[in-house]
Amino acid sequence: MRVRELVEGFNLKVIAGELGLDREVKGGYCGDLLSDVMAKAPVGCIWMTVQGHLNIVAVAVLREMAAIVITGGREPDVETVQKADQEQLPVLTSPFSAFELAGRLYALGVGAGRTP
Amino acid sequence: MSTGKPDVLREFKTDLHIHTCLSPCGDWEMSPRNIIQSCRDAALDLIAICDHNTSENTGAVRREGERHGICVLPGLEICSKEEVHILAIFEELEHALAMQEWVYGGLEGQNQPEVFGYQIVANEDNEVLGENPRLLIGATRHGLGDIVRQTHALNGLSLSSHVDRPVNGIINQLGFIPPDLMLDGVEISYRIALHQARSALPEIGDRPCITSSDAHFLKDIGRAYTILRMAAPTLSEIGLALRGEGGRRIVT
Repeated sequence: MRVRELVEGFNLKVIAGELGLDREVKGGYCGDLLSDVMAKAPVGCIWMTVQGHLNIVAVAVLREMAAIVITGGREPDVETVQKADQEQLPVLTSPFSAFELAGRLYALGVGAGRTP
Repeated sequence: MSTGKPDVLREFKTDLHIHTCLSPCGDWEMSPRNIIQSCRDAALDLIAICDHNTSENTGAVRREGERHGICVLPGLEICSKEEVHILAIFEELEHALAMQEWVYGGLEGQNQPEVFGYQIVANEDNEVLGENPRLLIGATRHGLGDIVRQTHALNGLSLSSHVDRPVNGIINQLGFIPPDLMLDGVEISYRIALHQARSALPEIGDRPCITSSDAHFLKDIGRAYTILRMAAPTLSEIGLALRGEGGRRIVT
């Protein structure tokens, strides 16, 4: 599944990194402690977080993520948007909480069958 | 300095992170008078009062400190929207209070004392003046970068709190210290010896590093401190010591 399909299917707003929308989504991760996400997020995942700090772009690049979704109606910082555009990393927003969005993604098969 | 004579430098036993009874998690016993008595017992020369998202008790502690020869700087421990704790320390009370107004502008919610703890505004005679109704334990809407910029605009020093800690420490919250964040230094908790900080936490890099008690209880005062070699117990001298300029430095 491509990031673009999830954007359309879940009405996600593309804030940055539009050039990366054809990246393949291979899994999912939720977390707001970036130290935890840096250590554990699977490669190719779509990451749901409430953090909007510039550091999320570095973490996503490090873990070779497909995209970031900032949940709960929050917005990324201006520098985050600029950096994500440079990296062609999709940064998306959703009014849903990470729990609600992750549940819907999992039901679609994103990340299903993975063991911790 | 204008006379051309070299400054007389001496060592100041310094603790730049002490809470009062105004912090919801600060003990009732942390009154201005009691804090200064404990600082005298611990032979501290210089302290900063940094309550969560407020500076309302700093004037009282400073006045009490003046009676007993302890220099007190007014500050705050601000919780950023990333839920990172960061110290803002000032020389002038009016600058700390201006910072406080800016912080209050980004702080929502009302305290529930029975859940989070009482927030006591007190004077230097140990009298209760009132309770602060704000949710001081909460996170502000201000991002880290904006907090550092605002602190500097008010001539303050900006230090990232307890960077070794899992709760509200910058490394745990953000994975690493943002390289463009214009911090004046970082603080480690009493759990790590200052001389071991850089090896224990390579993320600190070459940033100036101090340690403080982060005291919430009287018994905590003195459990960690930093010796600074300076000409006087002032904020500008602390800045020089952090940067290692003019012979000023962090000793231990």
